[in-house]
Amino acid sequence: MSRHRDIRNMDYSDEYEGYDDVYGHSIDDDYYISPSNRQFMYNRENSTRSSEDGIKEEDEVEAQLTDTEKLKLESCIDEINRILGSLNIPRIDLVDFVLTNKFDVEKAVSAILDDPKFRQTEQSERKEKAPVQPTTIQPTDPESVKVVASTPKTATNVTKGFELPQKDLKLNSTPRSQSPASGRATPVLSTASDGAEEPRIGKFRDTKFDPQQLYKKERGEEKEHLYMVVIGHVDAGKSTLMGRLLCELGQVNQRIMHKYEQESRKLGKQSFMYAWVLDETGEERNRGITMDIGRFQFETKTKSITLLDAPGHKDFIPNMISGAGQADVALMVVDATRGEFETGFDFGGQTREHALLVRSLGVTQFAVAINKLDTVSWSKERFDEIVNKLKSFLKHVGFKESDVTFVPCSGLTGQNLVSKPTENGLSSWYNGPCLLDVIDNFKSPIRPISKPFRLSVNDIFKGTGSAFCVSGRVETGTLSMGDKVLVCPKKEYAVVKSLSIDEIPKTVVFAGDQATVTLSGIEMQNVAIGNILCDPQNPVQVATRFQARIVVFNVTVPMTKGFPVVLHHQSLVEPAVVSKLVSQLNKSTGEIMKKHPRFLGKNTSAIVEIQVSKPIALELYSDCKELGRVMLRIGGVTIAAGLITKIII
Amino acid sequence: MKLVEKYLDKEGEGHIVLIPEEPEDMWHAYNLISEGDSVRSTTIRKVQTESSTGSSSSNRVRTTLTISVENIDFDTQACMLRLKGRNIEENQYVKMGAYHTLDLELNRKFSLRKQYWDSISLERIDTACDPTKIADVAAVIMQEGLAHVCLITPSMTLIRAKIDVSIPRKRKGFVQQHEKGLTKFYDNVMQAILRHVNFDIVKCILIASPGFVRDQFYEYMFQTAVKTDNKVLLENKSKFMLVHASSGFKHSLKEVLQDPSVMAKISDTKAAGEVKILETFYSMLQCEPARAFYGKKHVEKANEAQAIETLLISDNLFRCQDVNLRKEYVKLVESVRENGGDVKIFSSLHISGEQLEQLTGVAAILRFPMPELEDDDESEED
Repeated sequence: MSRHRDIRNMDYSDEYEGYDDVYGHSIDDDYYISPSNRQFMYNRENSTRSSEDGIKEEDEVEAQLTDTEKLKLESCIDEINRILGSLNIPRIDLVDFVLTNKFDVEKAVSAILDDPKFRQTEQSERKEKAPVQPTTIQPTDPESVKVVASTPKTATNVTKGFELPQKDLKLNSTPRSQSPASGRATPVLSTASDGAEEPRIGKFRDTKFDPQQLYKKERGEEKEHLYMVVIGHVDAGKSTLMGRLLCELGQVNQRIMHKYEQESRKLGKQSFMYAWVLDETGEERNRGITMDIGRFQFETKTKSITLLDAPGHKDFIPNMISGAGQADVALMVVDATRGEFETGFDFGGQTREHALLVRSLGVTQFAVAINKLDTVSWSKERFDEIVNKLKSFLKHVGFKESDVTFVPCSGLTGQNLVSKPTENGLSSWYNGPCLLDVIDNFKSPIRPISKPFRLSVNDIFKGTGSAFCVSGRVETGTLSMGDKVLVCPKKEYAVVKSLSIDEIPKTVVFAGDQATVTLSGIEMQNVAIGNILCDPQNPVQVATRFQARIVVFNVTVPMTKGFPVVLHHQSLVEPAVVSKLVSQLNKSTGEIMKKHPRFLGKNTSAIVEIQVSKPIALELYSDCKELGRVMLRIGGVTIAAGLITKIII
Repeated sequence: MKLVEKYLDKEGEGHIVLIPEEPEDMWHAYNLISEGDSVRSTTIRKVQTESSTGSSSSNRVRTTLTISVENIDFDTQACMLRLKGRNIEENQYVKMGAYHTLDLELNRKFSLRKQYWDSISLERIDTACDPTKIADVAAVIMQEGLAHVCLITPSMTLIRAKIDVSIPRKRKGFVQQHEKGLTKFYDNVMQAILRHVNFDIVKCILIASPGFVRDQFYEYMFQTAVKTDNKVLLENKSKFMLVHASSGFKHSLKEVLQDPSVMAKISDTKAAGEVKILETFYSMLQCEPARAFYGKKHVEKANEAQAIETLLISDNLFRCQDVNLRKEYVKLVESVRENGGDVKIFSSLHISGEQLEQLTGVAAILRFPMPELEDDDESEED
């Protein structure tokens, strides 16, 4: 063990005062946390805990307490955390200890420190109880607790604790994180110990690991992960459908649902109660529309799905694009109500634009949920009519007919979501798969793990403590903790301090993951939405001018030289100008029809030069499909989609 | 601008004396003065004097100088016009041929002498001296995290402030960060409005955004105004107008100016008119491409055939260094007028003017379809 320590930099006084080997692990070749910094690290973890506590849902044990008891409990837990600061004891265990010791901090602390074996047995006991209450907490795995419990003990048995297979931890944490009732704090804490283990992984990185193997090792036994974006015209019932689906799957607990029901009734919008699961801000709830991407995770038989609920209103299409850019598959929701489908589809509604957008963003698997069929009394004719209309349109957009599935359902009444329909009107003519099965049948795409690392930043927020986090989708490659990354286009270096996916700390993230990265060594102002984090050895290209092959959609105004547009590239939104029309192409063959056309009318294909006002990070489509796509919009309408063919600096 | 004196001979040579009164007049002056003109104005010059004993002292003297302009600088933000050139009239302080930089000042007259006053310049003087003052409009174009505060005067659009804040997205359990970020952003925008908008002059303040950002902002602003007892805002509440725009970028201003409710309010501003004409050109290009031409060569060909109904031309082209090139453009404008066509000179400081400038700077809507000039295409585009 000691050979991993950086002896020269070691602080001996710390060493003798119970300097854990855990910290020795965190010393890494290109990045390490010196012992004198570690206080900082752990403070951060602590503060995560306290801030999480405020938000988390109370679990069952705590729910039984009175207010004063809760307060006492809270202060006891804080006290214990302060004393055992460096330990990561799951909150649930802390609560137990505090309660059994009747709010006596001293006793609780000694009980925690005293007997890890006692804790172990206690844990397994609780595990047995667990299946009885499926929506509540699944107990922490005994082994992971052993890690935690053994840390305060001397360095001798730490190794044993850390030997446990990594996958177990991962598997354990996933289902727990899914249960909202378990409280978000718990997974964070238990896996914080998993985070401490990171340097071990760090070691393989040094030995030139093969990303594919690592991926298999890390994720091989997990369910396949899939990102699904839900799209459709405004008020088609996207959020409601998904909210209902999550409720049916038991992802949202009864108490919260009841609360939403009460509150939405108060606002006179009871039909929005399910949508509130995904629409969280007050603004969204009051107006009854989704404005920004809502996220939720759930599991099907074979997959773990991250749901991205896109806004349908046309003013929020930029948000929808950033969501769809992260998705592997798309679920389109259409309203079957007479007149509503037609407005969404025929008269400049978003049904068409969304379908075009997701296709241009590279989503190939597509399902259509025909919602609100209850309003047309489950009419088969109506269903067929809509299916036929959509089929021909989707084919035109470029979806293969075999990739598109149609499901009749109703979000508000919950028909045909997770099980076969019970309504006679529907079950008499429909015996296909229910919505959940359709989602389960999506194939997850092959992730470009071996390519150089790229992550497009789509959110920047203050983490706990002094650090800040960026989140976004890992487009290609892998990223592990401690890696150095280059933030383009500003070309600033930063170091990855920690990684997490859906609040669960990870040591490595792979292409396709929606990761949150805590960065250090860079100012928050120097990172902007739309920046690309990349591998310093293989940086992404930076340019202000590039050539793209574009397809012009149905535009009212032709595109000319000097046409101002809004460029969407991953989550980046930048004003740009079409500076040159190089050539017009034949739409199907791609041959040059005309050099230097005067203008580009609707439904044409062309090569154009685009000038951006400030440098942006991009890639050729041939090098990286994910970063080689652009969208051009103007006046709230998508006018073209393009592939970057040449970068002119 | 005030026209004090005008003396032109038959050949069009002569001088004109003007008094700029507003910052915008500097923009007009910038468009009037070209290299080689002579400008006479009062200025301050540092003069070194050597006494008989050989000790030298320097002091600043206000004097009137006439220079032959060699270099023109215009600062759009401060509306300052700087003219550099050689002195052409002997003066007690400044020798002939000495360099001096004139800083044109507001409310001080200057006299401009040109070898030849063309119709464009004379027309510019007419518009500049037009006493019917047209409403100044302030506009805030915003989207979540991005806002532009601009002032729209008849011939200029000035971006006074750009606010670019990254707002954390809503995420599970972190809604506060999103809302805090928003409040901070709104506060910044509000401060920018208070700082840059002069409520005495501005007749109308447009707040444009996609979605509900404008409503939220409007609500926030007046709540804060009530809280802080900000009289200026409260008194001018009626001047605010909420309009839809598709994004917070500058070019969305075009959409704002096209909005019918805005058109009704500021219909006589040049900016709105220009946007409308450019839009007509684009729709013509879509419907009947043979009647919409752009690029100098194409437009000239169309002019030869007397086909031009409306000529759209950027004032940038008249500011070019090359005298002959300028003459060509002037000739084009004059001949279009002779043939009964309409000429719209776009201000390159407006959004639509910027777009026209990108589109070679000159475009035309034709009276009748003309065959497209395919052959010229290659040479045309550089």
